[in-house]
Amino acid sequence: MRKLLKQTEFYLALVIILLGLIITAYNPRFLTAENIFDLLKSFSVMGIMGVGVLFVLILGGTPDVSFTAIAQVAEYAVVLMTLKWGGNILLAFLVACTIGAVMGRFNGYLVHLFRVPTIIITIATSNIFFGLLYVLSRGQVIFVIHPMFRRFAEIRIGNLVSQHGVHFGLSLMPIIWLLVLVVGWFILKHTRIGRDIYAIGGNELAAERVGIPVYRTRLSVFTFVGVLAGIAAVVHAAIVQSAIPNSLVGQELNVIAAVFLGGASVFGGSGTIIGTFLGIMLLAIVNNGLTLLGISSYWYSIFVGAVIVISITVSALQRIRQEKTRVKVQVDTEGVTSLV
Amino acid sequence: MADFLKLVGIKKSFGGVQALKGIDLAIGQNEILCLVGENGSGKSTLIKIISGDLQPDHGELWIDGRVYKQLRPIDSINLGIRVIYQDFALFPNLTVAENIAYSQLVETNHRVVKWREIREIAEVAADKVHADFDLDELVGNLSVANQQMVAICRALTRSTRFLILDEPTSALTKKEIDHLLEVVRDLQQKGIAVMFVSHKLNEVLAIAERVAVLRDGELIATLEGDEATNERLVHLMSGTTINYSRYEQDTGQGARLLEVKGLSKRNNFQDISFSLRRGEIFGITGLLGSGRTELALALFGMEPADEGTIVIEGQEVTINSVKDAIDAGIGYVPEDRLTQGLVMKKSVGENIVAAIIERLRGQLGLVDSNKWDNTVHDWIENLDIKVAAPDVKAQTLSGGNQQRVVLGKWLASSPKVLILDNATAGIDVAAKSSIHQIIRKMARQGVGIILISDEIPEVVNNCNRIAIMRRGRIVKELETKDVTEQDVQRLVEMTEPRGKEQQMAVSSP
Repeated sequence: MRKLLKQTEFYLALVIILLGLIITAYNPRFLTAENIFDLLKSFSVMGIMGVGVLFVLILGGTPDVSFTAIAQVAEYAVVLMTLKWGGNILLAFLVACTIGAVMGRFNGYLVHLFRVPTIIITIATSNIFFGLLYVLSRGQVIFVIHPMFRRFAEIRIGNLVSQHGVHFGLSLMPIIWLLVLVVGWFILKHTRIGRDIYAIGGNELAAERVGIPVYRTRLSVFTFVGVLAGIAAVVHAAIVQSAIPNSLVGQELNVIAAVFLGGASVFGGSGTIIGTFLGIMLLAIVNNGLTLLGISSYWYSIFVGAVIVISITVSALQRIRQEKTRVKVQVDTEGVTSLV
Repeated sequence: MADFLKLVGIKKSFGGVQALKGIDLAIGQNEILCLVGENGSGKSTLIKIISGDLQPDHGELWIDGRVYKQLRPIDSINLGIRVIYQDFALFPNLTVAENIAYSQLVETNHRVVKWREIREIAEVAADKVHADFDLDELVGNLSVANQQMVAICRALTRSTRFLILDEPTSALTKKEIDHLLEVVRDLQQKGIAVMFVSHKLNEVLAIAERVAVLRDGELIATLEGDEATNERLVHLMSGTTINYSRYEQDTGQGARLLEVKGLSKRNNFQDISFSLRRGEIFGITGLLGSGRTELALALFGMEPADEGTIVIEGQEVTINSVKDAIDAGIGYVPEDRLTQGLVMKKSVGENIVAAIIERLRGQLGLVDSNKWDNTVHDWIENLDIKVAAPDVKAQTLSGGNQQRVVLGKWLASSPKVLILDNATAGIDVAAKSSIHQIIRKMARQGVGIILISDEIPEVVNNCNRIAIMRRGRIVKELETKDVTEQDVQRLVEMTEPRGKEQQMAVSSP
């Protein structure tokens, strides 16, 4: 129990429950299966990308901000390609993930090569990826996409009927999100590379000395971020049924805020999948709650900004406190009698 | 007996400085070898070459009869070579168990991690050293001594053939050192070769089968354990016989300059009281982790004390920041001049005036360049800093000259009290001796000096009085004219008895 009380996840879950209760009290529509399913579906894109952000943050230091641009490029490319040549949804995933992996790996090379904070490199590459997309697409929106995306999006698990007689069920999108979460959790908790990521985040020099392949691990992490962006791209295309060149870019801060909220630290070495999931859920609920309560959605962006500032402050304060309470000298508290 | 490791003609240089000038050295399969040398003699470079962190420019490494020109860290680990670095190379965000098991995880290289296995590995290793920490605790929450135990445990996990301990005893008490030596002998029985690397000698002599001495990147001598006397090693390490002359200055009449009463800081030091007269050099010594540096940082306001009073020239002062300390007339020369004492990329001149820039203001509050030039020239001359021009960058100077620049910076501020915290560590004997002369000169001019050092001869010969710190307390204060270096050494290393046991021992006939 004491251990539970120390964990960010516990408090996050508490806040989510409280917030859920408050919103339900004002608008009972919140706590309906229909609303919750809808919420899960619309936040699965963010949720999938959040896992990538978590990996980068654990690895150390600043977040990646280019994953939305990567997803954007992958989405546009895959939508265009399937329109031209057809194909099936698995192939779409494969292509999007490959495109994402290449771009992510490119980030990895640059970060390792120049040893600059990830955020700096990825601001630059994000502009390159996004800029290229804009130049090549001339900003054209694709409104009609291959019908397989619609068929994919309409797969439902369970068949429930709402009060208004509308049939609904759980979309496949949150299931994909769940799969990504499970895979992410397994990697972080139970594989060597996952532990290596934590180790590098904790003390990179020590990681090198122990024989952890730091460079390879870093490349893998950035590639993984790209792959997740690819998955998110197809899921997004399926949900919005179009390819708009600027529909994802700009979302990165929300995702990063959610991951910080979930307990990841700017200093690296910490963060969990459960925390990240709860962080995304809290953001989703706040977003949804504001709509249900009829409050301006501008408050949402204030909330996101505040979350980032507060999370960073908390990590920094924890670090300062640790530094202060660390035992530097084992002081003899009983007093000393003279020895000679 | 076959050699486990043989180094042949190893050379390594860094940007024109030859750190290793052709080292030939062999280590038997279960030998205990001690590698000694002063700071900067090339010990750490040699370790890094064996561990694969650095590649030699010339030469070969023979390990188990196979030759390696290039050894990567992973090769070194796979060959069973383990280094315990001074900074332990631990992961503060992982548990004790995982930290201990990590080397082995890397070695077995399984893609999937089994947590029960990690725990078992950790339990076995912790048993070997009879460690009693909680395996689920995060390493970041452990004390320094326990962190070192974790590092040792990690090295003791399976298939270790050769263990290198880099300055392993610097943070340990005598009792803990004895325990470590016991563990090392035990390892030798199990067929593991061990190399102790140290710049201190006592513990080395206790366990050495052979002692290799490095000086200026060269292997000066390899002695059998019984040939290696303290005196001989000191001579070999330094290349000269150091003949300290004692500092004798009668300060009995000097005015009370500084008085510290009941100074305490949680987890750092407890109930520190001492006084310093004008012209006096007061030595503080003790093991690493005895609280001596923490005390210095508190006096200089970098990590202020929680309670107690500091009185300077009869005036009680509050020191909560470095600025408070400077205003009160306290200067501080740190051990680590690279990160704390100097701005390496700035010029020698800029470094010298750094602490007194306010005083160089002329008209309009701008810095008066004449005053600047005069001050800089004075100190370069006064301290005999070997530099072509004042605008040469500090990073181009030798260690001894750099430390003189730091001294100059504080002396320029005409401090009442100057604290030197291991300030001569890692600089050569000649430079060291000239810094001692400067300190003595300053003391004669009326500055009160606090000289913190772990080199007993340095404090005994340069100070009027010495305080010995242990576990955050001053356990003994002595006049140097009454003591020998051996006396002090013994006091510093003495196994600390807990208060009660000591009293019992005294009361029993």
